[in-house]
Amino acid sequence: MRRLRTSASLTVLAVLLSALLADCGGDATAGGGGAPSAARPVTLNVFAAASLKDAFTAIGDAFHSAHPNVTVTFNFAGSDTLAQQITQGGAPADIFASANTQQMDTVVRGGDIDGSRVKVFTHNRIEVIFPKSNPAHIQTLQDLARPGLKLVLAAPAVPAGQYARDFFTRASADAAFGPSYKDAVLKNVVSSETDVKAVLAKVALGEADAGIVYTTDTATKASDLGTLAIPDNLNTIAVYPIGVVKGSKQATTAQQFVDAVLAPDGQATLARFGFLPAGQGPQYTPLAGA
Amino acid sequence: MRDTTVARVAIPARLASPRRVVRARGALLALCSLPMALFFLVPLAALLLRVSPADVLANLVDRQVAQAIQLSIGTTLITLALTVLAGTPVAYLLARRRFRGRVLLDTLLDLPMVLPPAVAGIALLITFGRRGLIGQGLDAAGIQLAFTPAAVILAQTFVAAPFYVKAAAAAFGTVDRELEQAAALDGAGALGVFRHITLPLTLPALFGGAVMTWARALGEFGATIIFAGNFPGRTQTMPLAIYLGFELDFSVALTLAIVLLVISFAVLLVVKGVLRQRIQSTVA
Repeated sequence: MRRLRTSASLTVLAVLLSALLADCGGDATAGGGGAPSAARPVTLNVFAAASLKDAFTAIGDAFHSAHPNVTVTFNFAGSDTLAQQITQGGAPADIFASANTQQMDTVVRGGDIDGSRVKVFTHNRIEVIFPKSNPAHIQTLQDLARPGLKLVLAAPAVPAGQYARDFFTRASADAAFGPSYKDAVLKNVVSSETDVKAVLAKVALGEADAGIVYTTDTATKASDLGTLAIPDNLNTIAVYPIGVVKGSKQATTAQQFVDAVLAPDGQATLARFGFLPAGQGPQYTPLAGA
Repeated sequence: MRDTTVARVAIPARLASPRRVVRARGALLALCSLPMALFFLVPLAALLLRVSPADVLANLVDRQVAQAIQLSIGTTLITLALTVLAGTPVAYLLARRRFRGRVLLDTLLDLPMVLPPAVAGIALLITFGRRGLIGQGLDAAGIQLAFTPAAVILAQTFVAAPFYVKAAAAAFGTVDRELEQAAALDGAGALGVFRHITLPLTLPALFGGAVMTWARALGEFGATIIFAGNFPGRTQTMPLAIYLGFELDFSVALTLAIVLLVISFAVLLVVKGVLRQRIQSTVA
């Protein structure tokens, strides 16, 4: 009897171990790829920049209506987080839509996306936001340098955070702002948030006096916020590249989703959320040697 | 099935198993424990194996890394002090008095341990934030908490204090009341009884609870980033620096992760050693 119990325990252990091993094996063969048959249920994992949340959710719903067997699931986060998840952790992404070219470059350099097949699908630009009540009485961009103002930005690693800092640098070279503008504004930064939506939330709540986000972010929160445009010569036109991840098990469906984003319908949805058209602005140049 | 019945009856007669069988059972138990032990060991070992000690040292002198470590240690020690000061009376009340709402208070203290820290962060923001329930009044008085180290401490205290209070309440509940009554009969005042009887008897448990609170505060992330925000030297504690380092500079994230791992492990180990000594000396 004791031997019977022993062998039962061993069986349980063996089952557990073989489950573990089977999982390893699954990962190793994930690179296969192949076309799904029309009826087979497919789950598409789309890793997309946080700023795309509303527009991509709408495109995903339309795609699901057109392809009922495909369930589109999104992982929205800062582009840098997504790039790390794909390159460092081997996250099961089928598509990566980045809010800048650097993070796409990271994934291309890591060998997870074919650089020559990456397409730019939209453009975006940044602007200054403040709570509707405007506690710091912001009238001009110069007001951001006023001492004591509470400014919230995205972290420098997040594209929107980098563009905001680029704006300060360019403004400092402009006579209308003066060379001390950048340092004065950076002194007012009270928090570097992990993604652009957190900046939006804290300004909308009235916790910060001002923030810098994409024009597309304010499209949905206009009632809580006031905005101040940043002129073209000081602004960064954000380039959004998209690509199918090499390890994708449903590469064909993934490519169909990318095509849907680039198609007139997808572009119209993006425009509805304040995004600029794919053709208007810089395009993606694959890395040299990638 | 019949076989099982026979065996079940037979077991009591063989309670005193031969040493060989005991050893075999021990080996089997160890084998069954192996998957979980490895599950915890391997990922933590992977952190240590990923960077060379030279890189860790090089990153440690980085200003942002040093600031994060300093801020984490400073804020968690203040959190600990506040928790012990404000939490000990609560624990004593819970352990010694039967009153209306006692269960409610007890459950209230369980909540922060169960809720996602992000909930704590949002709750604190809409309470102590500039437009918050209490924050509005504070703001009018010129006090702003959001985006300051004080917000970090509030976030840590909210999430971590219950660990100490729960441990302390359990400890106060186990003290033999006759010892306290005897001391009181001998003329000791309430404070004297607490200082000379209750406190020495419960010290190991209080210490253990305090360490759990401190460790939880050290790892606090979700409530901090929502309520206190993220700014190097002001509100960027080690967990925040690790998260942002993961995106910006992976080796910085690894260095901080290793520092956090080593500090936590060392402190927990030392505490376990101290506790065992105290318990042994109490028994002896």
